[in-house]
Amino acid sequence: VATPPKEEKAMAKYMLIMRGTDESNAAMMASIDEAMAATGRLIEEMMKAGVLLAAEGLDDPGQGVVVDFGGDAPVVTDGPYGETRELFGGYFLLDVASKQEAVEWARQVPAVRGSKIEVRRVAEADEVPPGSGNSGQL
Amino acid sequence: MGTADVEAVWRVESARIVAALTRFTGDVGLAEDATQEAAAEALVSWPQASPANPAGWLMATARRRAIDTIRRRTALRDRYALLAVDTAVDPAAASVEDVDPDRIDDDVLALMFVSCHPVLSPAARVALTLRVVGGLSSEEVARAFLVPVATVQARITRAKKTIAAAGVPFELPPAGERRARLGGVLSVLYSIFTEGSTATSGDHLLRPDVAYEAIRLVRTLAALQPDEPEVHGLLALCELTAARFPARTDPDGTPVLLEDQDRRRWDAAAIRRGLAALTRASTGGPGPYALQAAIAATHASAPSAEATDWDRIVLLYDALGRVAPSPVVDLNRAVAVAMTSGPARALAIVEELVSADRLPRSHLVPTVRGELLARLGRPAEARAELELAAGLCANQRERSVLLRRAATLS
Repeated sequence: VATPPKEEKAMAKYMLIMRGTDESNAAMMASIDEAMAATGRLIEEMMKAGVLLAAEGLDDPGQGVVVDFGGDAPVVTDGPYGETRELFGGYFLLDVASKQEAVEWARQVPAVRGSKIEVRRVAEADEVPPGSGNSGQL
Repeated sequence: MGTADVEAVWRVESARIVAALTRFTGDVGLAEDATQEAAAEALVSWPQASPANPAGWLMATARRRAIDTIRRRTALRDRYALLAVDTAVDPAAASVEDVDPDRIDDDVLALMFVSCHPVLSPAARVALTLRVVGGLSSEEVARAFLVPVATVQARITRAKKTIAAAGVPFELPPAGERRARLGGVLSVLYSIFTEGSTATSGDHLLRPDVAYEAIRLVRTLAALQPDEPEVHGLLALCELTAARFPARTDPDGTPVLLEDQDRRRWDAAAIRRGLAALTRASTGGPGPYALQAAIAATHASAPSAEATDWDRIVLLYDALGRVAPSPVVDLNRAVAVAMTSGPARALAIVEELVSADRLPRSHLVPTVRGELLARLGRPAEARAELELAAGLCANQRERSVLLRRAATLS
């Protein structure tokens, strides 16, 4: 009996970063109850699979501020930044065995058409490059 | 879709598929073999044509393989009639939505109870749980426990035969047995976790991947049995212990004692999850896992070893000794007593353990005894104890720390 061959594994955290556009955010808000229910079901599945560490959604980007480090001193401006079309709207933080597994979960997110999910591995504490000046200071 | 994608779908879906097929066939061995065969087929066919619904594909293919096997087993004709109703399902179009989610939860839970059934040897429970619930290959189980692959395969084969021969039903244990059987499942999961958090042998102190498999399974159990305090107690214990992993070894793998750990390296998010689980575990009188988690929580919320509430830790060990008496608990209590009342009082507890010979052949007793003797200014005896401990310790990393410590005493 064959078994799927497995690579050397290390546990890793992955963040599924929800990136919506104004249009996709509006589409989601139009059927927000449905979206919340579908997301709730996915969260339950993630819990039952033992992979969910955290999941949160962000408030309306118009209510946020941006601290801009473009100049000599940080400048605070209202609302979402500049020309960016895709806005970070929320995230799932998962404990999974591989990037592919994180991607499998990302596929199951009930995201609306036009939005995207970025899948990124969380760097471990001992991965801070030597000489970067802040190792152990965090 | 490539091999890694097949593996990923496997990790997410295999327990549910094995559980559902065990429900259909009543035979966990057959269900597991059929699921593995489906995965093997996926490895060949998915790179050529990716299925639209990989989970449904695996489920339908595994079901067909199970039917093939049953067809070959004339004794199981009746079961086949039951299954054959679904043979028209086209795997490409099949959907996992035709599986009742509540039923699947109970099936996964039943699979855990079967894998941890008391008719099996402890080693077989661990191997079977990791294989059929965790979705690990025999190679991975072997690597996790540093035993030959053939040993694991033999354990799993024997375990499946034992379950079939004993007629273990695929169902949730009856209410009267449920608590005790749940305790059995928790102890299997905890033994997997401890193997990862303090490797009993080999050249690494920690094997985080093994601990991770355990935490994942405990989280699954906590989601399926949300009203069982001790499940949350074990989850809290695992999260709070794993939170210290990043600080427990030097970059070169040398163990770092709790008092010397850089607490900024502890995983703050894991501590928060552990404390949240501990709250859920603390409804009613705390059980052994909740008490151990409470001890870990006391460490986790202390800024330093000196600033730790050692009085509370002694009290918690007292309580733990009452609900789950064990010489290891007494030994740990002695370490806490040394912090509150000095090494002499602690040594008296350890001497009692030694004279009663309650932990023979364990390196832990001479380790603690040696450390207490050193603090009492008896270096020659301390050194002899630490050398004795090193001789008994099977973990190379721990052994070298003990020998180095012994060498500083004269």
